[in-house]
Parts: sequence; C-alpha cells; structure tokens
Amino acid sequence: MSAVAMRMLRRWETLLVVLLIAFVVLGSFLSPYFLTASTFSNLTSNLMEKAIMALPLALIIIAGEIDLSVESMLGLGSALLGFMYALGWPLWIDIPLVLAVGAFGGFFNGMLVTRVGLPSLVVTLGTLALYRGLASVVLGPRSVSGWPEWFTNFGFGDVPGTVIPWPLVVFGVLAVAFLFVLHKTWIGRQIYAVGKNKEAARYSGIDVARLKTLLFVLSGTLSALAGVILTARLSSARADNGQGFVLDVVTSVLLGGVNIFGGEGTILGVVLAIFVIGVLRNGLTLADVSPDTQSVAVGALLILSVAGPTLVRRISAARPRRQLTKPVSNS
Amino acid sequence: MSVRAVDAPTTSTLARRIGLERTVTLVARLREVGILLVLLATVVVVGIQAPLFFSVSNFEQILLNVSLIAIVVVGQTTVVLTRNVDLSVGSVVGLVAFATGDLLKEHSLGVAGAIAVGCVLGIGLGALNGLIITVGRVPAIVATLGTLYVYRGIDFLIAGGKQVSAIDLPRSYLGIASSSVAGIPTLILAAAVIALVAAYLLRNSGIGRQLYAIGSNPAAAEVVGIPSQRLIFGSFVVCGLLAGVAGVLWGSRFGSVNALAASGLELQVIAAVVVGGVNIFGGSGTVIGAVLGAVLLATIQNALLILHLSEFWLLAIDGAVILLAVTADAAIRGYFQRILMRTGRR
Repeated sequence: MSAVAMRMLRRWETLLVVLLIAFVVLGSFLSPYFLTASTFSNLTSNLMEKAIMALPLALIIIAGEIDLSVESMLGLGSALLGFMYALGWPLWIDIPLVLAVGAFGGFFNGMLVTRVGLPSLVVTLGTLALYRGLASVVLGPRSVSGWPEWFTNFGFGDVPGTVIPWPLVVFGVLAVAFLFVLHKTWIGRQIYAVGKNKEAARYSGIDVARLKTLLFVLSGTLSALAGVILTARLSSARADNGQGFVLDVVTSVLLGGVNIFGGEGTILGVVLAIFVIGVLRNGLTLADVSPDTQSVAVGALLILSVAGPTLVRRISAARPRRQLTKPVSNS
Repeated sequence: MSVRAVDAPTTSTLARRIGLERTVTLVARLREVGILLVLLATVVVVGIQAPLFFSVSNFEQILLNVSLIAIVVVGQTTVVLTRNVDLSVGSVVGLVAFATGDLLKEHSLGVAGAIAVGCVLGIGLGALNGLIITVGRVPAIVATLGTLYVYRGIDFLIAGGKQVSAIDLPRSYLGIASSSVAGIPTLILAAAVIALVAAYLLRNSGIGRQLYAIGSNPAAAEVVGIPSQRLIFGSFVVCGLLAGVAGVLWGSRFGSVNALAASGLELQVIAAVVVGGVNIFGGSGTVIGAVLGAVLLATIQNALLILHLSEFWLLAIDGAVILLAVTADAAIRGYFQRILMRTGRR
C-alpha cells in the first residue's frame, strides 16, 4: 500500500474520531444523562450484537463479497435457542448446537458463492429471506422466556465492580483477535489480496474459494452467537429478533472505511464506526426520536460514507490539473 | 469487468455461433413456458387436494393479490436488466401509500390530485436513488439498502403511529380496487396493461434495447456511445414511478394503511424477478417472464393458505425460490457457455 493511501486511511479514522467526539458533545447538550456510566453501559450493550456481526462482515467485504443474511441468522439462532430450551434441553447443549447451525448457514452461503459461482449479493439476499423464514417456522409467533439467571445476567449484566457489560468483553476479545488476524498474519494479507485482485490472488496460490467459505462460516457462527447474546439481553427468544440490524451492521463496516469494492479497510475503523452509530442512535433516543425514524440518519450515513469519498475524488479530479482517471465500474 | 480477447471467428463458426445464440434465445423463451408448466402442475396438484382452489373467484383473488406486486415487478425488471437492483421498492410503496392515504383523509386534495401527488412522489424517490447511484457512484445495493431505511423512516416520521383506515377514505378511492372494466377487475387490467406496454417498449424501442445492452456488457455499451448513466438513472425513475403507482393503489385495495405497509415487499419482488428468468447480472430476461414469476409465487402462497399450511413458511419459500432460481440459471448458463466455448475453438 502506498504511503499516500496510508495517510488517507489514517485521515479517514481521524475523521471518525472527530465525528464520535462531535456526537458525544452534541449528545451531552441534548441530555444531562448522556455522559453517565449507566448510559455508557446501556449504549454499549445495545450495540454489541451488531458489533459482533460487523467484524466478520468487514473481512467479507474486504475480500470482495457481501453478507446480507447476518440479521436473519441472528433471528434463526435466537429462535432455535428458544425452541430447544422450551423442549427442556439444557443450555450447554443448546448454545453449541445454535453456533453449529450458524456455522452451517454460513457454509451454505459460502458454497453457493464459491462453488456454484453465484454473486454473494443475491445468495445472501435469498438467505436473508430463507433464514428469517426458517426462524418463524421453528418458533412461530411465540416468544420463549424463563431463562436461568446466569444466562440473562450474561446478556445485560456488567462485569462485577465495573461498568463493562459482559457482551462488551466478548466483543473486545473478538475485536482484538480480528485485528491481529487481519493486520498481522498471512491470512489477513490473503484477504486483502483476494479483495484487490481475485485472479492474481488465485495465481499466486491462494485458495480463494476456501478462504471465502471460511469467512462466510465465521460470519454465520458469530451471527448465531449474536443471536444467543440478544436472547440473553432481552431474556426473550423470538423469530423476529434483530430484524433491521443489517442496516447498522453494513453501515458500520462501510462508514469504518472498508471499500465496498474490496481490498481496503481496517478493524480499527470499523470499531470506531460502530461506536459512532451507537452514540448517534443513543443521542436520537434521548431526543425522543423513535428507532424507526433514527434509521433515516443511519441510512443517510451509509450512503454518504460511500458517496462522500467518491464525490470528493471526482471534484478534485475535475480541477484544472487533469489526471488520468480509471473509469469506475458500476456493478 | 474484464474484457476477454476473442479470436476472429471464421464464417462457419460464426454461423454455428449464431445458431447457438438462437438456441439460447429459445431457452429463454422456454423459461416462460417452463414457469407456465410449473404453474399448471401446482394448480393441478393443489386442486386435487382442495377442489376449492379451482374456483374462479379464487383465481381472481390470486390475480388481484398479484396485481400490485406485478406493477412493482415491472419496474424492478427495468432496473435489474441494467445490472442494478432496487431494494427500496417496498419502502417507496409504503411511503406513497401512507402519503396518499393521509392526503385523502385530510381532504386536502381530491382523489385525482392525491393519486397525482403519489405518482410524483414515487418519481422523486426513484430519482433520488438514481442520483445517488449515477452521480454519487454508490453501488445500487448499498444505495438502495440505505434508502430502504431512509424512506421507511420518513414513513414512520409522518405516520407517527397513526393509521389511515377505510372509514377515513373517500368511497370513490376505495371503489377503484373493487371496480371492473368489461368484467375484468381494474387492478388486474392496470397491471396487465403496464406489463404489456413495458414488455413492448423493452423489446422494440431503442431505449429498451440499450437497457439490455448496458446490462449485458457495460463497457461495450459505453464504447458504442450508449448514455449508460442517464439510462440507469431513467430506469430507477421508472421503478420509482411504478412503485408509486402500486403505492397509490395500495390503500384502495387494502382499505387501511399504517407505517408498516408493504414492508418486506422487496424480497417478494426480487424473488418474482429471478424466478421469472431475469438474469440478476443484467442483460437478459423479460417483463412477461417476471410477471409470470410473480403469479407463480402468489399461486404457491395461495395454495399454502388453502392447504392450511403454516403462513410462517411464506418467507422461507421466497428465500428458497430465489436461491433455486439463480442456481438453476447458473447451471443452464454454464452449460451453454461451455458449448459456445467448444464451438468457438473448433
């Protein structure tokens, strides 16, 4: 990566930090409760399911694919967990089974993309419907409650003596692992290589199909895990849990500076973007804006995070000092 | 988009190629016949299980259910042909439906005025999508995922938990959906006319052929001077307008509209489009096929209800059908590509 691009990346993350601080300041003007420990605890635990799903999605998009099915896999995970728990099966059996189903769902996506050769956009649009549909087949309209205390505590309790919610601990561990793998290992370099130029990556000996399948499996598993955590936090398993999460998850990845065409992006950027969106939503909640209406702001942020850099580039390219620009493909 | 170098074919291979191209076109035609056969099989199997299914009024019900979706499917096809996709259609239908209903409820406009405003709103929302995609150069999937939530959010903002019910709506407006022309319900007639006009224009007009060209080879379309960006913008405007038309008719058909109207419709629409044989990579497929796809899905939906199968299967079936259709397409296309490659080499 060239030094100029590096500087651009740094600048993008700086922008996110500025945005984050601006939203925090704005929020504290809006409400005196904004800068309190309980707000922090609430805000982060509200975010963690989305944050956990954003990590593997970042890798998938860097590798040049997309996974829109994450929120439905979350719903299927939650529904299955509720279904099995209602049958009287103990949680230590249910949770691994749910994660296994998540892994299989991801594997199914991966197979259709890499072996059948279908575009991931269509495949995961199909499984977005399929997995959510299966969730409602499994559980129907009912909701399952009556969870053991240790389980619900894991969902919304803090680590004793701190304001750090348990899901944040899970996310923290995962984020560090993803950071390490993407930026410090050969696997990470392969992911960038595949996203930059699939053919070149294949000719240099990377098993592109296996790598991508692995990423989809990871995405499915962690989405199911997010389903388990959300079930614990709401102490309720429902088939429609997590409906609409895909907006925040995709937005945090793209706002985090991951290139939608693949090959670029950092975990740090994604983590920052997750908190930007969380703080924004929290501020809007304090200003009495309903979650559905908040999506106007998040949706606009999603579009701006992709259109913004392109427009800036086009405007600067249109200046007198003409450069050779390569045509932007439009697929 | 990589451009593959092609050896100059000799006359005989060219002739053979053209023959094969014809076969491919024939297969595309067969797709429509294929859907009709599956449709027929579904009707026969379900009909044997439940004779009620065979009644004329049930078929009319199916077609009425499909008419609004079919109008949106026509718009979506126009967009998908250019190798794009519009995920925001469900939100456009919902927002226009509520806005129209609200205008009629407040009696601020007559029926004709409210319908006109609804259509203009649809055009505006489609144009915004088109601008984001062509000027902002945002991939359609991201742009319309964003506007899916932006438009739905605006819907929630103006609805604010309110609902427009049948009592609030003028009778002349509600009458549109229950009226019929020469024995055919107006909604079915409207959908059929829109589909046929679109099918004719896409097949026979210059702009229609250019839309196919953009989808089948964007780089080549650019080279031969097709104004791709302008036409893609136009296809999103058409898609917005048709979603707007469906939205305008929504309240008339269902009698009540809340902020959740038509949510999730985009998945049904896209399922119909891919089942109908429109290539999701753009460049091939017909409006008639896509509308037949919508009829097939609605028939399956109706069969489930008549056979007392759980309605919870509906979404799962939509998803499975999307995956099956694109997998089958990929298999067929792969098969023909292999044959084409072999003849090309000979």
